Amino acid sequence: MEDWPILSLVTFLPLVGAFFIMWIRGEPDVVARNARYMALWTSLATFVMSLFIWFNFERGSAEFQMIDEAVWFPGYDINYKMGVDGVSMLFVMLSTVLTPLCIVASWDAIRTRVKEYMIAFLVLETLMVGMFCALDFVLFYFFYEGVLIPMFLIIGIWGGERRVYSAFKFFLFTLAGSVLLFLALLAMYFEVGTTDIPAMLEYGFPASMQTWLWLAMFASFAVKVPMWPVHTWLPDAHVEAPTAGSVILAGVLLKMGGYGFIRFSLPMLPLASEFFTPLVFTLSVMAIIYTSLVALAQEDMKKLIAYSSVAHMGMVTLGTFTVTQQGLEGAIFQMLSHGVVSAALFLIVGVIYDRLHTRLIARYDGLVSRMPAYSLFFMIFMLASVGLPGTSGFVGEFLVLVGIFQVNTWAALLATAGMILGAAYMLYLYRRVIFGVMTKPDLKAILDLTPREVVVFAPLLALVFWMGIYPMSFLDVMSASVTNIVESHQAALLEAPGRTFASLFSLGQ
Amino acid sequence: MAIISFDLMTALPEIVLACLAMALLMLGVFRGDGSAPAILGLSVASLVIVFFMISLGGRATADAFGGMFVLDRYGDFMKSLVLLGAIVTLIMSRRYCEDEQMQRFEYPVLALFATLGMLMMVSANDLISLYVGLELQSLSLYVIAAIRRDNLRSTEAGLKYFVLGALSSGMLLYGSSMIYGFAGTTSFPALAGVFTSAPHGEAPPFGLIVGLVFLIAGLAFKISAVPFHMWTPDVYEGAPTPVTAFFATAPKVAAMALLVRVMMGPFGDLVAQWQQIVVFVSIASMLVGAFAAIAQTNIKRLMAYSSIGHIGYALIGLAAGTEEGVRGVIVYMTIYIVMNLGTFGCILCMRRTGVMVESLEDLKGLSKTNPMMALPLLIFMFSMAGIPPLAGFLAKFYVFMAAIDAGLYTLAVIGVLTSVVGAFYYLRIVKFMYFDEGGEPFDGPIGRDMALVLVGTSAVILLLFAVPGPILDGAAAAAASLLAG
Repeated sequence: MEDWPILSLVTFLPLVGAFFIMWIRGEPDVVARNARYMALWTSLATFVMSLFIWFNFERGSAEFQMIDEAVWFPGYDINYKMGVDGVSMLFVMLSTVLTPLCIVASWDAIRTRVKEYMIAFLVLETLMVGMFCALDFVLFYFFYEGVLIPMFLIIGIWGGERRVYSAFKFFLFTLAGSVLLFLALLAMYFEVGTTDIPAMLEYGFPASMQTWLWLAMFASFAVKVPMWPVHTWLPDAHVEAPTAGSVILAGVLLKMGGYGFIRFSLPMLPLASEFFTPLVFTLSVMAIIYTSLVALAQEDMKKLIAYSSVAHMGMVTLGTFTVTQQGLEGAIFQMLSHGVVSAALFLIVGVIYDRLHTRLIARYDGLVSRMPAYSLFFMIFMLASVGLPGTSGFVGEFLVLVGIFQVNTWAALLATAGMILGAAYMLYLYRRVIFGVMTKPDLKAILDLTPREVVVFAPLLALVFWMGIYPMSFLDVMSASVTNIVESHQAALLEAPGRTFASLFSLGQ
Repeated sequence: MAIISFDLMTALPEIVLACLAMALLMLGVFRGDGSAPAILGLSVASLVIVFFMISLGGRATADAFGGMFVLDRYGDFMKSLVLLGAIVTLIMSRRYCEDEQMQRFEYPVLALFATLGMLMMVSANDLISLYVGLELQSLSLYVIAAIRRDNLRSTEAGLKYFVLGALSSGMLLYGSSMIYGFAGTTSFPALAGVFTSAPHGEAPPFGLIVGLVFLIAGLAFKISAVPFHMWTPDVYEGAPTPVTAFFATAPKVAAMALLVRVMMGPFGDLVAQWQQIVVFVSIASMLVGAFAAIAQTNIKRLMAYSSIGHIGYALIGLAAGTEEGVRGVIVYMTIYIVMNLGTFGCILCMRRTGVMVESLEDLKGLSKTNPMMALPLLIFMFSMAGIPPLAGFLAKFYVFMAAIDAGLYTLAVIGVLTSVVGAFYYLRIVKFMYFDEGGEPFDGPIGRDMALVLVGTSAVILLLFAVPGPILDGAAAAAASLLAG
């Protein structure tokens, strides 16, 4: 296994599956069934392959590992280069775990154009995994923006009533951000002479460039995260997307923004990052408080969870820009936890949506009497989202708060207040949907979870507890890389001319 | 005698094409319109012969006919593109000619003459040969636009194109005469020498700048860059669809090749003078191409605005005024021509109960009724919007790369932002095809030749990212040869 290009295999295996699905012919029913099975087996095989990454990854090293390289643009020093480090490896795993679950969750929910749907998901998986593995900026950009195509189609074709509006909004918002990242990429290419990410990380960009580059990157990553006030595409996209689309959107696509900050903005542009930290803190705190309040007022369950995503991602950006060991680890952990928990919550909503075809909270009450198993799963994921100790949500939020408290107590105070609001809207949602007396006549015949649905939730449940009770197996992976980021960040700040504390230090020598 | 035979050998592909075109014209005249299908086939064959003569030639750089005609890698590359466009559009027009009673032998013959004109344009090395090539091309195109002379829209398109085209030719001639008056020569190398030998820092004569502006205006008309684009939507809409496909591909490439040669060759030292004009034209084209297309309901009109926008992007490369920039333009035009051929292939398949339809609404539900036609169109639309990993992104990648390298940050920022606006109307086509329901299926089957064109072009657009090497190397060699000469 040692010499295999394992990352490329994991990345492009889904594409092979999609290619075979394309050629399935015959009766519509048969095509749909074959497409489902083919997609499921492909995504499971991809997951099994990705386990090799998990087991072969050398913990305690900040280096990029399992590197594959090939010449791509001859004469340009733009190459095909894949590799993972402690930051990206876990996201690769997250993507490969969520995709098979999405396919199972769409088993009965998607009845039209099943073949195309499965192709879109497998292509999406390739792009997601590739994006996290890419060690070349141009390659990264290819995957980063390529994701828009399948997601646009998933929202637009299999979405709800306002799907066209939402799909366009999603596409144009993210594209507008990305094109500026693209220009930043070109400017950086001419500065460094290569788009090799490790080389760019080593390179110290001149202070005069950093501000502009940082802003261009910020435009792109902030939309993806999404940060307040450019988050408005997210509730629309979530509400209209099919369940599995929301799962991927919340579970993985939002993480691309956070990953971008950690991989590019922070280590490549330390001075600008330091300079703009107050801006990021302000926007993050705004996001946490404001979107939590907005979530409190929602009547649509998916919209509520979408707003909660914005708040949780606010914690991520907050943690990232503390540039402390705890803050960064917390941010990464929070992203993983949110990837699992929000994915689970969207699936939870999907379960009752499949039964009643409405997501309005007011249409449900007292579900506990008919759906006990469902209520149990819902409760656990809901509490994980709130951040109950013992669940994955707690670890992430706790670490972020520890990090932010060292840097800015006011931001810590407001973020903690946001967590209380988070508990408020989640518990309020749970009370309205699950508890109380069942009065609605059309709920009387509602059925509890099917075995297939339990199969979807069981791995997520296991992950929530694993991450909550023994977070070491995940923190282990990332700590060396995070230490490296923090140290080189501080070193860059010390070296920078014209900074008061830097000049103080240099006097002693 | 030796010199003449060398001259003839240098221009051999063009001479062969001219002879073949005249032979086919004779054949058509003597055999009448009944021979039109055969002549169409023979025209394609002649173009293919010339294509191989040029692309497989591996000929050395040379001048001929007293420096009027130049042969270099750049010219060969662009000529191959022109011929590719002409070949594919002629292949695509076969069915249209059959179904729409456009069986006129003049059409393929005129297309051959227009192509000949384009080849001359690409190789022009003197203001006079530039003008002769351009006029040969334009006069043929005027007639082709109005080839359906019993059709009101077609004749209107032809007339409009002729009147405005004549105006632009006038401007071009006027500009050339000013340049001749102030520089004393019409030869490109001699003009370049005039500027190189001028004392450093001394501004060129004012009249010469005026002449240059007129020259650029005349050429901008041919590539339909804003503000000389007004004819484009009407002509695109009015002309028969295969003719529109022809207009959108081969002449655009040829005129762009010519513009780049003129700007980078004789006026290469005046970058500071013409750069601002090109930047303005580029920005205006991108803006008009993006915003005016939003409201269109006719797909041919939409493609007209789309091509205006694309020309704007290609001009970014020229505005950079560097070898990188020229390479960007070449790559852009290569990918542009493939995308357009494919898209027009799809438009030519839009036929319902025997009648061509061209409204965007007609594409409704296409992904259900004709999935194998919707998929290529989807690929082309995302590619035109410049979304990776499709080829359209690579095209934009190179021109923006040149712009950033040359420090044209404002131009680059405006360019990428208009590409977001442009993405909107490309996505609208996807929306009609994939998100909307209803709509009757188009007539099938589309025919083997058309299927081949669609599969070929979409495969190139989809997979180019995997092996970008050959086109890049070809474009790099072409750009280098242009600047070396």
